[in-house]
Amino acid sequence: MQHAGKTGHARLEDDRLLRGQGRFVDDLDVPDLLHVVFLRSAYAHARIGKIDKSTAEKIVGVHAVLTLADLKEVLTCERLPAATPASAIHFHVDPCILVKDEACYVGEPIAMVVADTRAIAEDAAALIEIDAEILPAVTEIRAGLSSDSPRTRLDQPDNCVARWTIGYGDCESAFAKAAHKISASFELHKGGAIPMEGRGLLARPDPLDGVLTVWDSTQMPHRVKRVLVTTLGLNENQIRVIAPDVGGGFGPKGPVYAEEVAVSAAALLLQKPLKWIEDRYENFISTNQERDQYWDVEGAFDADGRLLGIRGTLLHDHGACTPSGIQLPQNSTTNLIGPYILPTYKLDVSLCLTNKTPTTSTRGAGRPQGTFVMERLLDRMAAKLGIGRDEIRRRNLIPADALPYVTQVLTRDGLPMTYDSGDYPECQRRALEAAGWHDFLARQKAAREKGRWIGLGLSNYVEGTGRGPFETASLRIGPSGKILVASGAASQGQGTSTMLAHIAAKVLGVRPEVIDVTCGDTHAIAMGLGAYASRQTVTAGNALHAASLEIAQKIKQTAAHLLEVSADDLELRDSFVQVKGVASMKKSFGEIAKTLSGNAGFALPGGMKPGLFAAVDFEPPAITYTNGTHLAEVEVDIRTGHIKITRYVIVHDCGNMINPQIVEGQVLGGVVHGISATLFEWIRHDAQGQPLTVSLADYLLPTAHDVPRIEIHHMESPTPLNPLGVKGAAESGTIGAPAAIVSAIEDALAPLKIEISQLPVTPQRLQKLIRKAQAGGSP
Amino acid sequence: MDERIITIEVNGKQYRLKVPVRENLADFLRHRLHLTGTHTGCEHGVCGSCTILLDSRSVRSCLILAVQCDGRSVRTVESLADAAGKLDPLQDAFSRHHALQCGFCTPGVLMTLVELRENADPSEINEDMIREKLSGNLCRCTGYQGMVDAALETLSRPDKRL
Repeated sequence: MQHAGKTGHARLEDDRLLRGQGRFVDDLDVPDLLHVVFLRSAYAHARIGKIDKSTAEKIVGVHAVLTLADLKEVLTCERLPAATPASAIHFHVDPCILVKDEACYVGEPIAMVVADTRAIAEDAAALIEIDAEILPAVTEIRAGLSSDSPRTRLDQPDNCVARWTIGYGDCESAFAKAAHKISASFELHKGGAIPMEGRGLLARPDPLDGVLTVWDSTQMPHRVKRVLVTTLGLNENQIRVIAPDVGGGFGPKGPVYAEEVAVSAAALLLQKPLKWIEDRYENFISTNQERDQYWDVEGAFDADGRLLGIRGTLLHDHGACTPSGIQLPQNSTTNLIGPYILPTYKLDVSLCLTNKTPTTSTRGAGRPQGTFVMERLLDRMAAKLGIGRDEIRRRNLIPADALPYVTQVLTRDGLPMTYDSGDYPECQRRALEAAGWHDFLARQKAAREKGRWIGLGLSNYVEGTGRGPFETASLRIGPSGKILVASGAASQGQGTSTMLAHIAAKVLGVRPEVIDVTCGDTHAIAMGLGAYASRQTVTAGNALHAASLEIAQKIKQTAAHLLEVSADDLELRDSFVQVKGVASMKKSFGEIAKTLSGNAGFALPGGMKPGLFAAVDFEPPAITYTNGTHLAEVEVDIRTGHIKITRYVIVHDCGNMINPQIVEGQVLGGVVHGISATLFEWIRHDAQGQPLTVSLADYLLPTAHDVPRIEIHHMESPTPLNPLGVKGAAESGTIGAPAAIVSAIEDALAPLKIEISQLPVTPQRLQKLIRKAQAGGSP
Repeated sequence: MDERIITIEVNGKQYRLKVPVRENLADFLRHRLHLTGTHTGCEHGVCGSCTILLDSRSVRSCLILAVQCDGRSVRTVESLADAAGKLDPLQDAFSRHHALQCGFCTPGVLMTLVELRENADPSEINEDMIREKLSGNLCRCTGYQGMVDAALETLSRPDKRL
């Protein structure tokens, strides 16, 4: 495939962002703008009684103090209709738009203050008095699932919001005949998304046209519109949602939140433009997170180390609501299988409601945890059998000639999870070679003799990308000749506009810079979904590709009539259609568009249909699977437990690449998110459910000094599932990282026989393991 | 509310304005002067998105009050391109090295690197020094690699590059 952007074409988004001329939601200003601050629950679980707003209302500059009772006038419901369907869920708990009588996590919004400035609104919010009766809080999932636990919500029968078994084959027999068995328990934590820009929106009712325009820092503007139409009881033509420049998303800006409805409702109620900008403290307590999974698993292997089965249990912290169904733990359970042949599988999954912030997908979306479990089992079995960690994987990887490979589990769309293309053994082989796997033993030996503890780890993984059901794109050329593209895709920094422009440019024979792309605006295109599941190049990219082909064909057919030549003799170049090799015989795209826009009463030439406009909804037939191998090299300071990643090598296969530089940017960012989840990020609470990590000083993110230079090598196994042969790349980097890094740490400390079963691996935790191992006998 | 009149130079332009004493410099720049290129990512001095140059030293504009800047000189990301609109070589290198994705942290990162350029000896600028310098600016998108490469290309001598 010929790549766009290989020579470092600037992204279309870059220029304005580099100049400080980005338009993030807090950069937007409109006349008479008022500011909103939310008063949030200070308790993990409390019955809310009287709310006294009288003092707050008296502050100069305060326009309103609103509770759910006040908003009811413009709302059709009290809860957010957020539920993603899932039959395993016993009872859906949609988030409250504002708390009515029971607050179920610290950070849940109870009231809102509208004022001239944010500072005044904050002053006033501190003066609202709430009668709260503190209730027992569920803060730990094992305890929460026990029969004598207090309840997360008083109106629910228990805390087990969903329970199901995933699996296939005769696991019991597999274990009965196994030559080798191992069991392991893991406490896996994954933190939040923590984009540098938090959530926020500006809602402006316009009395002139009756339209409520909402600029929202969201991944899914069309979904926001749908929720607003429902909750506010408006028609589709009365709401426009625009995602302006969005400062990172990484998952949690996908679900719709109470604040988006509450601010929009208040704007309608007060007939004033309102802005709410989440601060970092709010981001830590009120934006969805991932947090804790507890796995107890066993693996059965034959005498050669081939997998016979995996069974066990998974407990998952679901937080206080169910805004995204079960997708997060579901991804964990299916991604465990990875690129391996797993003949039998049985996992009992229980989701516990807790008095904590709701949990939904963050980059990787549960998959890193599933991959981690599989990869750790393989490493441990390799150690038990005395074979290489690479060798046990070679024995279990799905061979290239077995693809497409149908696994025995279903994905969310109800189809069998099917790996469409790739060469997993070759991917691992290339990664081992690139990282110097076979020479490492000698390097490690030499380092150990000098008292240095270095290790090399590996992991293989797949990532389901390009999730449907569809994405939209349209392409329009009018008499101006300007090429206008619109899509339901939305960008939070992925370079979506550049990707789309490259695809259309290649088909139409123009430079990407001349194409005007509008993403994330519900007025630009009627339907759309947006950013989730590493999907937009697959879905919007192929939609636009089809639309571009349609327009290119129509330009040629129209020009064939005007120039009296065969359409086959025409080519498209620099916004003109011309006779091949005869540059003087040409028509501009604008002239063609003008011809097709018609003259009153005259027929269009050659019986052509009107206009240069095409809109395509691309419906991917199934999920397409990206895969990769990660190799991490680390050095451990065994006195302090400090871990330094000294080298990181990836072989990555996401099918054809539209723009390799953008793909690498996605993989790099993903890997660093994975490194971060492995070593740093940890959302902590006390026993009462009070969050303890509420600033970037308490909750660590990696800095430029903490991460290594990352080497990325590509394979390109085009998928047969879409015409461009492309797969997604946005989360893949995150998935392989925790397993590879922990493999490396255990390798570095192999003489101490340390087994790591908790994420994140902080220096304190590792130091404790090292000391324990040393106390039990030095290496 | 307590207010003071301050005189401040921002990007070469003189301002004399009345500001609330509790208003921080970031809010002053963004909402009073409408220089929204300076972003606030945490408002507690960790993320570095709001980094500006105050009398040529990098400062987190969320941690200093506007009134503290009375009589002083501020430079923001909006000052980097030249009068004709041509991007600063560092900005240009950022684009070529894909050093930005969402672009939210970018202005603060650029100002941090401008300080390095103005104060360090190019013959001493290497990858390690750049990573150390950037360690006060958080980025969630890029993994920092593109920024480091752009800075190496622009700020260091050829023999210090990879």
